[in-house]
Amino acid sequence: MNSHKLPVGSYIRFEKPQLQAVIDRLRQLGYRTVGPRRVDEAIVYDDLRSIDELPVGYLDYQDGGVYRLRHSADGGWFDYVVGPHSLKNFLFPPRDRVLEAHREPGGWRMETPAVDEPPIAAIGVRSCDLHALAIQDRVFLEQEYVDPAYRARRANLFVLAINCRRAAATCFCHSMNTGPQVTRGYDLAATEVDDHFVVEVGSDAGGHVVTAADWVPSALADVERARQQSQALKRRMQGRQAAAATRPRHASSAAELGPAAELGPPAESGRAAELGDVPGIGAVGESDVAQHQPLGRFLDTRELPELLLSNLSHPRWEQVAERCLSCANCTLVCPTCFCSSVEEVGDLTGEHVVRQRSWASCFTAEHSYMNSGTVRKTTASRYRQWLTHKLATWHEQFGTSGCVGCGRCITWCPVGIDLTQEVAAIRGDES
Amino acid sequence: MVRKPRLAVFKFASCDGCQLSLLSAEDELLAIADAVEIAYFLEARTQQLDGPYDVGLVEGSVTTAHDAQRIRDIRQQCRYLVTIGACATSGGIQALKNWADVDQFISQVYAHPEYIQTLASSTPIGEHVVVDFELRGCPINTRQLVELVAALVQGRQPRVPTYSVCVECKRRQTVCVAVARGIACLGPVTQAGCGAICPAYSRDCFGCYGPKEQANLVSLTGHYLRHGRSPDELLRLTRSFNGYAAEFREVSESLSESGS
Repeated sequence: MNSHKLPVGSYIRFEKPQLQAVIDRLRQLGYRTVGPRRVDEAIVYDDLRSIDELPVGYLDYQDGGVYRLRHSADGGWFDYVVGPHSLKNFLFPPRDRVLEAHREPGGWRMETPAVDEPPIAAIGVRSCDLHALAIQDRVFLEQEYVDPAYRARRANLFVLAINCRRAAATCFCHSMNTGPQVTRGYDLAATEVDDHFVVEVGSDAGGHVVTAADWVPSALADVERARQQSQALKRRMQGRQAAAATRPRHASSAAELGPAAELGPPAESGRAAELGDVPGIGAVGESDVAQHQPLGRFLDTRELPELLLSNLSHPRWEQVAERCLSCANCTLVCPTCFCSSVEEVGDLTGEHVVRQRSWASCFTAEHSYMNSGTVRKTTASRYRQWLTHKLATWHEQFGTSGCVGCGRCITWCPVGIDLTQEVAAIRGDES
Repeated sequence: MVRKPRLAVFKFASCDGCQLSLLSAEDELLAIADAVEIAYFLEARTQQLDGPYDVGLVEGSVTTAHDAQRIRDIRQQCRYLVTIGACATSGGIQALKNWADVDQFISQVYAHPEYIQTLASSTPIGEHVVVDFELRGCPINTRQLVELVAALVQGRQPRVPTYSVCVECKRRQTVCVAVARGIACLGPVTQAGCGAICPAYSRDCFGCYGPKEQANLVSLTGHYLRHGRSPDELLRLTRSFNGYAAEFREVSESLSESGS
């Protein structure tokens, strides 16, 4: 064991099971360690104490409105991509108590509950989610009003990032310049290479924690191989982009899906065999990671804000509204969406009131409710508001796009509405 | 001291489950009894005080000519009339008879059909009188009921969301059963309020809170049909406790036509 601290920028390698020592060190330091877990037929972030709890060998098959897991004996430790949860679930939790008020003789006594939780160490975070984290930082920390609960949780966050070796059919980080290679906001960044991890130290905290593992310095060849894995994935995603640009869009996703696109039962049951026919869900050794994978979506971002804002009356808004359920799933799984509603919950006596903050969505009527009624009455106006905010006016508001290309809004839309297709239609690439 | 609001609870064709939700609000029951005068609530007390009432909670649907008249009398006695539960709000599971031959049911079920007096249909309270507020669910949620009573006592609007069950699923971090398991779930078109119980147990939402605001059943059922669900399965899904609610009815009738 090495106990000194490794400098930022150093590369080391350790055998995969050594990840346990890193988790143990984090826990000794008082962190709540969270990472990918298989829960309810999806990979979500949850408490992770042991490497035995990792969904090793699982691959996620994703498309519009479809998410399926399949186990592959050749799958790596982190070859699934992103599930419905993101870091938002921890830093900006779905429900939070922001104020308590108690009536006392002479007035109200107000209390702001302090964030009294152990710091979070997130393991297995992807590049797209680190970009989403930076966007939420901008929203909650870098504007006129700072969110104290977010600040408290964020300040102590530890991130062990993973470089993706595989993309789901819904991924388009390459279009948004947010991946697949991790470039920012990590304490440690690991790449799976054969039976070990190549790890880059990104912070002092990371340099300290990682020494818990039985590590050796990384040879230049290891570092190069790790980097090439990410670059190869990006090239393949861009290859898809080039292909998408030269053929009709509507031919792309449906044809690839085959029978698995049907809403069959999850991987464990009888229909699982069908998933074997799907590219990217079959056996995945390292070479397969490069060869048999869905290559993601593509979003043409050229002058995107101008495009959307000059097409506010485009017929496509009404067309998508016919499919849109205004159920809010897209916004709730989005790692950058930050809307919440605040409600005062009083008891029958009226003596005790709690101000609760809950995730909210621009797809609900109450979101735009004012004293004269709901401003955005139609689903078309809500979808347009969401998409133009996410991809256009977000730039004016926060100096960045609101989209990181993680594809969650596509996968978790119950009817599979695909924002990349909607944008392409407005651009005139598809009618 | 301000006069306490007078509360009355009335039962029509129903299973009593929604009234029981009020009685099972054990932690709040004494506070409720303190905040309002329970003037008429046969399931809770024998004392029956005459109207008028400030608030009338109505459980159940209208299935007899007698009840069709009784709800009109009750409406005149109540300042605010609130329906509680799927039966009162949309006709309930007994509204299945609206698509069937009631005389045939009666002759098959009852030894002496001649004693049965019933209408051919089960209809929501709102088809007979003006309703001021609807509390959804089969049964209603105790927490929402307490919120309703608190709002009425405090003279404010009750905070009862009209958005989808999906919002509650995501807030409790349940993985979507429709997307991850391929289960035909009505959550995206059903009003929240239950706390998204069923999907948390890996099963479908079957719409017991009825249609949410701007429910798009045409899109959702169309999607399920295109992904291998049968019209018959979706017909059964949409035609249950709130099957007679307009949005559900419209799509189930169209499924029924396409299936036959």
